[in-house]
Amino acid sequence: MPDYQTAVAYILALLEPRNRSGRPLTEATDLVADIGLSSLQVMELIERLEDHFDLSIPLNILPDITTVGDLAAKLREL
Amino acid sequence: MLLDKFAPMAQIRAELAAAGIRPFGAVTERLTSATEAVVEGRSVILAGTNNYLGLSFDPRCIAAAQAAATRWGTGTTGSRMANGTFAEHLALEAELAELYGLPHAMVFTTGFSATQGLCATLAGPGDVILLDADSHASIYSGAQLSGAEVLRFRHNDPADLEKRLRRLGARAADTLIVVEGIYSMLGDTAPLAEIAAVKREYGGFLMVDEAHSLGVLGDQGRGAAAAAGVAAAVDFFVGTFSKSLGAIGGFCASPHAALEAVRFSTRAYIFTASASPSVVASTRAALAIMRAEPELQRRLWANAARLHAGLRDLGLSVGPQPGPVVAVLMDDRDAALAAWQRLLDAGVYVNLVVPPASPTGASLLRCSLSAAHSDAQIGRIISAFADCVAGVAGVA
Repeated sequence: MPDYQTAVAYILALLEPRNRSGRPLTEATDLVADIGLSSLQVMELIERLEDHFDLSIPLNILPDITTVGDLAAKLREL
Repeated sequence: MLLDKFAPMAQIRAELAAAGIRPFGAVTERLTSATEAVVEGRSVILAGTNNYLGLSFDPRCIAAAQAAATRWGTGTTGSRMANGTFAEHLALEAELAELYGLPHAMVFTTGFSATQGLCATLAGPGDVILLDADSHASIYSGAQLSGAEVLRFRHNDPADLEKRLRRLGARAADTLIVVEGIYSMLGDTAPLAEIAAVKREYGGFLMVDEAHSLGVLGDQGRGAAAAAGVAAAVDFFVGTFSKSLGAIGGFCASPHAALEAVRFSTRAYIFTASASPSVVASTRAALAIMRAEPELQRRLWANAARLHAGLRDLGLSVGPQPGPVVAVLMDDRDAALAAWQRLLDAGVYVNLVVPPASPTGASLLRCSLSAAHSDAQIGRIISAFADCVAGVAGVA
């Protein structure tokens, strides 16, 4: 499973093309409030992380994820 | 505040009402046949019902329902576990078991309760449910209720399913894999032969929701798994009576004796009144017609092929293959809303689906075909799309 910093870096790289705020993305970036990801886009993000790290992310963890850091921390636990 | 989360939905509804558009909950004032009605004051062709075999107005089904209401009364007023098991319910369960050549079948009051209830009950904490990403809301809901670990694989992608089963290791053998025979949004058929092959390699239990494929595919309308030649790989057939069979209700058929224990462990089965006898009787009549009259399935597919080709030839973006559902994809939600209204005004009633209910982020003008649609009606539907949808901005 990816370590926290590796996961954060990859998530930020995936999200950067969607960053229209002009502010730098960090582990504290909120996936919905700051970037405006729709539920469909969240699932696309999840699929890309699954493919990259060769793991499956349970839907059960999604309610606990708000920020980039939350997601990276969950990936570390899988 | 408790109710604040509904404000965005209320706002959308207010905007639609102000524009005079009512796509969700338009009132059908009168039905004149299985394919024609008066909706919101307009005479329309019904091109959005799931009346695939056109049996909702079949005189044999109506007579069966009338006779059952006379014999049994209007409702059972009780759960199947209490006073609500009538001979009609057991007869229908026996007929469903016989249809699939399996020893066990159970009947639910709705299709939603069948899929939700079984997903919620079959798997529990510590188990895994692995579902197709485009699964129906009832499957997602049941999976969430189950307490199991819920994974999803890419829609209709057996290689992605295989990858996820591989990652599960020894847990794969106890995983509940859930797919549908035909998917309700775009009308595409699951690659069940390939999915069954993956299941054979890794183990697991396969549930196939035949809601949109019962009566539509397979010898005697047995569904997608039978049509693909892999019925023996299916552990749980589930489905509904509210589409090809023209009534309402749900079922499960299984080779596993444990289904009889599952029956008494499923809240959606236990804590609700059983189906009205008239509904069960019309379902039984429709089931017999479905099996005996393969020309209904042939007519349905001929209509589906003609509509799919006709809409595609207009330059519209349609689903990947002809099916009982033919959906036109539109990029722009407001354009889809306006097109839906123009179609209604032109006498064609289709279903509108907007994100997040649609699988791709597009809005859908979703048509459903029926064996009861005439050639002339299919032609009028295509003409209406030519006049109301083709060439407008927002078409995907």
